[in-house]
Amino acid sequence: MTLPIFSSGQDPGPSFSELLRRMNGDQPLLRNTGAVEITHGTTIVALRYAEGVVMAGDRRATEGYSIASRAIDKVFPADGHSGVAIAGAAGPAVEMVRLFQTELEHYEKVEGVALSLEGKANQLGGMIRRNLPMAMEGLAVVPIYAGYDLRRRIGRIFKYDLTGGRYEEGDFHATGSGGRDARTTIKLGFRDGLDRAAAIQLAVEGLYQAADEDSATGGPDVVRGIYPTVATITATGFERVSDEEVAQRFGELLQRKTSEGHPR
Amino acid sequence: MSMPFYVAPEQVMKDRADYARKGIARGRSLVALSYDQGILICAENPSRTLHKVAEIYDRIAFAGVGKFSEFDSLRTSGVRLADVKGYTYSREDVDARSLANAYAQLLGQVFTHEMKPMEVEILVAEVGADPTGDQLFRISYEGTIVDEEGSTVLGGDAETVRERLKANLGDGSLDMGAALRAAVGALAGPERVLEAGNLEVAVLSRTAARRAFRRIVDPELTPLLSAG
Repeated sequence: MTLPIFSSGQDPGPSFSELLRRMNGDQPLLRNTGAVEITHGTTIVALRYAEGVVMAGDRRATEGYSIASRAIDKVFPADGHSGVAIAGAAGPAVEMVRLFQTELEHYEKVEGVALSLEGKANQLGGMIRRNLPMAMEGLAVVPIYAGYDLRRRIGRIFKYDLTGGRYEEGDFHATGSGGRDARTTIKLGFRDGLDRAAAIQLAVEGLYQAADEDSATGGPDVVRGIYPTVATITATGFERVSDEEVAQRFGELLQRKTSEGHPR
Repeated sequence: MSMPFYVAPEQVMKDRADYARKGIARGRSLVALSYDQGILICAENPSRTLHKVAEIYDRIAFAGVGKFSEFDSLRTSGVRLADVKGYTYSREDVDARSLANAYAQLLGQVFTHEMKPMEVEILVAEVGADPTGDQLFRISYEGTIVDEEGSTVLGGDAETVRERLKANLGDGSLDMGAALRAAVGALAGPERVLEAGNLEVAVLSRTAARRAFRRIVDPELTPLLSAG
């Protein structure tokens, strides 16, 4: 590869997607005629707690009525202090995350300073908006973006619609096919200033209830040891919660449910 | 009809080389060297914002001396090349050698075909798993590329600084503080003392999980300069 050199009128500036377009031209639009089943990722949640934000996602991906993957990850670090969780068509979603991660790092390196959290959230909105023609073909991507705002010293959560509309959520959000059930669960259990353990517990319970009601959302898989992806984002950065800890939280949850006697 | 004067190609090249060298000699020098936990790059630079040393990719750094606008545009091109390559293929496929070659080609092209050569000398450094895996490529204004072993000096007064650096370096491996003091001593010479405010220091850390580049600034820098 040779060095990309642009005349001053053609220079893409700090934008990575603009750079790709200048180098590769516009990519062809994918069309989905409905003849093939597309892999879909399902339920994701995010909620605020005392130190920042917790994000979590179940591990199931579906193709129509069959399970495409039992162990897909839907929560990714976007950069050091923010994360993105994805629901919707898995292929375009994972690709969007990769592009978004590169975009943030590229901006930081070219400009010498990182974007503000709000700037990053808007950037992701633009990428979803550019995906709109594909969303109309049934390849929708609906992420949640959350991060720790180093300037304001708080955790913040952003949700999106298909058109790239960006809305900031105060305390929590959940989306994907089981999003409604997860959201209700979290809404009932949410209090201001939850501690870390309680926040992880609540996120996990949200996913548990979603899996209870929604066939496309995976529950805890004790046999294979597959548990939801959970991550915390605080002043010290994005950190994935270990599988052992999530398994322990699930163990507590299941024990409580069993002893309470779950309604049938 | 007037004929242009004939100028021998040797003379054209020599004039261009002199022009570039004069431009580079106006600026301050820069030192890069391996130490036990990474690669340290130290430049004499009073500005806090116009950087001579910068991050290119996970384990690759860039440094330049000479005309700021020219090496800064080279830096941006390098970031672009590395990011596009890493995105198109994989993060592990981005390496210093191919980037250094791309720089050398461009500088060679500009030197022979453009009105004026670039008045820059640049460094592409990649940190390895151990000091023997470290790579330091020095590329000069006419596109010559040199694969340096262990340490390198860029800039106008490079010969003198190189002599002093050689005298400062012992045989054994250095820690970060010792490497920094050796570099600063070589840049300053016997008559001057360089303080934190006149220095730009960055390291590529061998043990970093992914992005190895880190700037060393105060309050970390001053104690490192005075220790030992």
